Amino acid sequence: MKLIACINHVPDTATRVSIGADGKSIDRTGVTFVLNPYDEFAVEQCLRLKEKNGGEVIAVSLGGDAHKETLRKALAMGVDKAVLLKDDSPRDSFAVAHALAEYAKAQSPDAIFFGKQSVDADDAAVGPMVAELLGMPSVTVVVKMDVNGTDVVAEREIEGGREVVATKLPAVFTAQKGLNEPRYPSLKGIMAAKSKLIEEIAPAAVPARVQVTAMRKPASKNPGKIVGTDVSAVPELVRLLHEEARVI
Amino acid sequence: MKILIFAEQRDLQLKKHALEAVRTGRALADQTGGEAVALVIGQGVKNSAATLAGFGAHRVLIADDAKLAAYSTTAYAKIIADVANAEHADVVLMGASAMGKDCAPRAAVRLEAGLASDCIACTVENGEIVATRPVYAGKALTDIRISTAVKVLTLRPNVFSAGTSSGATATPAPVSVALTDADLATVVTGTSKSAGKMDVAEADIIVTGGRGLKGPENFGMIEELAGVLGGAVGASRAVVDAGWRPHEEQVGQTGKTVSPSLYIAVAVSGAIQHLAGMSSSKYIVAINKDKDAPIFQVADYGIVGDAFEIVPALTQETKKLLGK
Ligand SMILES: Cc1cc2nc3c(=O)[nH]c(=O)nc-3n(C[C@H](O)[C@H](O)[C@H](O)COP(=O)(O)OP(=O)(O)OC[C@H]3O[C@@H](n4cnc5c(N)ncnc54)[C@H](O)[C@@H]3O)c2cc1C
Ligand SMILES: Nc1ncnc2c1ncn2[C@@H]1O[C@H](COP(=O)(O)O)[C@@H](O)[C@H]1O
Repeated sequence: MKLIACINHVPDTATRVSIGADGKSIDRTGVTFVLNPYDEFAVEQCLRLKEKNGGEVIAVSLGGDAHKETLRKALAMGVDKAVLLKDDSPRDSFAVAHALAEYAKAQSPDAIFFGKQSVDADDAAVGPMVAELLGMPSVTVVVKMDVNGTDVVAEREIEGGREVVATKLPAVFTAQKGLNEPRYPSLKGIMAAKSKLIEEIAPAAVPARVQVTAMRKPASKNPGKIVGTDVSAVPELVRLLHEEARVI
Repeated sequence: MKILIFAEQRDLQLKKHALEAVRTGRALADQTGGEAVALVIGQGVKNSAATLAGFGAHRVLIADDAKLAAYSTTAYAKIIADVANAEHADVVLMGASAMGKDCAPRAAVRLEAGLASDCIACTVENGEIVATRPVYAGKALTDIRISTAVKVLTLRPNVFSAGTSSGATATPAPVSVALTDADLATVVTGTSKSAGKMDVAEADIIVTGGRGLKGPENFGMIEELAGVLGGAVGASRAVVDAGWRPHEEQVGQTGKTVSPSLYIAVAVSGAIQHLAGMSSSKYIVAINKDKDAPIFQVADYGIVGDAFEIVPALTQETKKLLGK
């Protein structure tokens, strides 16, 4: 099986965001970047499929040199090969998807895994876009999957439950928490990853379809009212919810 | 502008966010001197589709076919794109639900359209659509311009108003459905519902319990309060990771993003990843014994105190108010 995990390098979720000088992106100084948490599930799923069926796992990331750190993490987890689609310029989801699809097409993979979303843009778009560009089926927000030959039965999270989806490989999947428990890289894996080569490819540019014209912090709320410090405050709270907020 | 709204139904029930999208589509059409056309996909959807006129649809289309009874990513994306093309739609709107987020990117690629996902505002400036969407889990907001001829937007549920129906109905016009096997490359073969439970992503009131509740056995009082309020039970990641509550109840960065009218956080500290999922709620109530808990910084109302005393009293008092 040839498996591709598309992985992104994103600010740690605990990052406090401040707006950069351009007013359109975040200020990156002092921000710690990590492998996108959902993409860990994607890498892990590829490794498990390879362990069961044999084959090769390729991790690919589009971005600047900084993305090598995240590719090394994937190597340390056990992927066979890491590829950097080297492009430092900002890209919208479609432009990212386009480059990933072009790369993947040449590999003829059996499955391509993504995270449910990048925790920077929170777009949840790149995976299904790649699938459409390649004419492959896609299943998003996957929490469980069984692969039998080319038959796949996957479960995805929907409102109030799960949906069972049947499809066939080659296909695209986006991984949600619950799909698996990502492994920690072993010391041996970390050491080996340091000396592995990261292949670099210059992806073609495509025009952006969306532009961010401004970025700002959400209006901060005025600190709320502390209604009281014990159970005697309850009637007043209920009154406020009923008469002032009118939500009950 | 011609606005096409894909109005999602499940089990022949139109989703609330579908009504919100139709109402928003109509507002955009009115502002730009255009038309709002709603599209419902499924089998046997005629009657529910007819009601969309009451929420502002000028016309209603249905793709009604046995092959569409169950959701199929590939088939639905194809139909949305085909109808958008046939209608010469400038804008395609839909709810940013599990289904909308799943098929919108594919429809956008088919339409060579730019996509703005999970929008929380959508206005017209100088004849152009400006969408606002949260990024970094809501820690920042961006304004987005889409430069392609066709634009696809998904709207975060519960943020846009659906208003109330005028009572008007329309006769839905069928669109032709020609699907090959390849178009049905993914098919939903079943769903497992968490029996009778309301989902946090759709609830208008949410009562969330955190680790301060000490154990799964203490969620009975959270369920009771949620029940009295007609709301859903939410959970912090700490209690989901501990196995006290199922993951589908998790609110936050790795869980669900919610914007209910009322969010009651009980014994939840308010970590940044939790706030990411709920800070856009209209009213937030915090019950926590630690007056310095960060949750109080986003709360509209707070009680500093012991949840084990306050929650049962709150349930009683609410019952009294609601005559239950
Ligand atoms: C990548 C990443 C993603 C994450 N995603 C999420 C997410 O999606 N959702 C999420 O919730 N978290 C998420 N977290 C975890 C988050 O950082 C916190 O650890 C978590 O939210 C804490 O849950 P809690 O508030 O229930 O528990 P705690 O932080 O332990 O807080 C318990 C609170 O209960 C109060 N308390 C205790 N006893 C009582 C009592 N008797 N009465 C009243 N109050 C009491 C305490 O004062 C305290 O404030 C994520 C973390 C990371 C690193
Ligand atoms: N620059 C990138 N390089 C590789 N994969 C990416 C990149 N950006 C996004 N992805 C993948 O696409 C998924 C969804 O991202 P997004 O659509 O931005 O939310 C991520 O979880 C990754 O798997």
